[in-house]
Amino acid sequence: MLAPQAIDAQRHRTMTNAESIGIRCEAVGSVYHTRSGAIRALEDVSFSAHGHELVSIVGPSGCGKSTLLRIIAGLRQPTMGRVLYEDGLGKKGRPRSGLVFQEYGTFPWMSVLDNIAFGLEMQGVNRQERRARAMDFAERLGLGSFVHHYPRDLSVGMRQRVDIGRAFVSEASVLLMDEPFGSMDAQTRWVLQAELLRIWQASRKLVVFITHDIEEAVLLADRVLVMSGRPGMIREEIPVPIARPRDIPRDQQCVRDITWRIWRLLEKEVRIGLSIR
Amino acid sequence: MAHLATPGERSPHRIVDPLVDTPPPPLSEIRGRLIAALLALALMGVWEVLARTHLISGTFLPAPSVILRTLADGVLSGEMLRALRVTLLRVLGGLVLGGSAGLVLGLAMGSSRSIRLVADPIIAALHPVPKLALLPLFMMFFGLGESSKIIVVAAAAFFPMLLSAMAGVRQINQVHFDVARSYGASRRQMLTRVVLPGSLPMVLMGTRLAANVAFLSAIAVEMVSASTGLGAQLWFSWQVLRVDLLFATITVIALLGVGLSAVLRGLARRGAPWLDEREITI
Repeated sequence: MLAPQAIDAQRHRTMTNAESIGIRCEAVGSVYHTRSGAIRALEDVSFSAHGHELVSIVGPSGCGKSTLLRIIAGLRQPTMGRVLYEDGLGKKGRPRSGLVFQEYGTFPWMSVLDNIAFGLEMQGVNRQERRARAMDFAERLGLGSFVHHYPRDLSVGMRQRVDIGRAFVSEASVLLMDEPFGSMDAQTRWVLQAELLRIWQASRKLVVFITHDIEEAVLLADRVLVMSGRPGMIREEIPVPIARPRDIPRDQQCVRDITWRIWRLLEKEVRIGLSIR
Repeated sequence: MAHLATPGERSPHRIVDPLVDTPPPPLSEIRGRLIAALLALALMGVWEVLARTHLISGTFLPAPSVILRTLADGVLSGEMLRALRVTLLRVLGGLVLGGSAGLVLGLAMGSSRSIRLVADPIIAALHPVPKLALLPLFMMFFGLGESSKIIVVAAAAFFPMLLSAMAGVRQINQVHFDVARSYGASRRQMLTRVVLPGSLPMVLMGTRLAANVAFLSAIAVEMVSASTGLGAQLWFSWQVLRVDLLFATITVIALLGVGLSAVLRGLARRGAPWLDEREITI
């Protein structure tokens, strides 16, 4: 077992890789403390993702998916193991990543335009340029006529577009999404899934996408990492052999087969999780 | 076959236009104000009648017309306005001094667990001490002049602002901090782009509470130790049993409270257009 180790900027710089974008988790473990004692959230999670890839992670609720994402984002230190970034670290040794959350990711006090431009603002892009770039992106997301509104005027689905737009327009090369469509109605989700794929295919970004929706994971990803219940471990890595660029292949038999296969892996875990509580 | 209206034709059924057909809200802001004013007027009318018919003692409850005349005289002679200016300076001085100190420490305590752990017990101990009780101490340290009075007001305004600002930071959704950090926000950017705007609704509430106690303590300080200001005038009216002047002074204090709160509300609406009307708690 590796000793607890902080995210190591020095080591990262000596590490070179043919692909410019990439993250690597090495035996990442996480323990957190509650009043009733220590809880192992993650154990021995290792995987890597490179280049222009979309990796999704599925697992039963409470398996530590979100904890893993926060560790990759550098918002939380792993208790064991480490995370390596091949693209370079931003300020304070944190990777330049963009986070997209389920809800409340947009800042209520910023206009839609300023919300989309937020990543660029943090990266020091000057006001005029970042506004132009955000405006351009807002148009592509169908938000053009709302740029001067505040998020409170927008529907949940539109707010999520703002959040996704902010991630893609920013200079972050790794985007980390934590169930971005989790709180949406099914129809809105279908539309936004297709939009996400379209924008991502036009970009050069690496996306790690967490979801509890197995079908969503299969539809979007190149690979699906299936996690076990607590403590979260990666049980299996399942490739999705559907060609890119793809248009949400909802009606393909192969999607159904893979979805079914993943559910068979998870079913027992989910049942155990339910009976304990 | 059923008859269907074509675009050019008038529909046989009335189309419901929500803009026209929705009844107005039960009580609009203007109507509410109007009713409040009418109620106050009615009450004063009854009072006037009772005082004029000597059903109540004019010495203890002079008629509203008498009070108004005293008020007008005071304003015209400049005496009332002088007292008002003195009190207002003490209130604003204390509010700015104590409010900004409370804001800074409150934001710090809201942002940092360590600062909160150290400062919280100290705050808990100092908060319940009546600030007026500190006046003798402050007079020893800062002299009998204006500064000891303003410092009492500042001490009173400090706590509500501090507690509101701290609560304001703590109720900001963790997601906002995480998003800002993931995009690489510096400490300064975190403060200006997340902490300040996110805590603003509660800070507005704190400003209102602080302004209120600032008033309260300024008047109280003036009643015990000053020869100028509305509080001193209040005390003086009592000592010489000028009840009309007493009521006139109280009226000025009440109007001042309404005015200050209206100014703060206007500033909040203008400065923070993203706030929902419900969040402007001022």
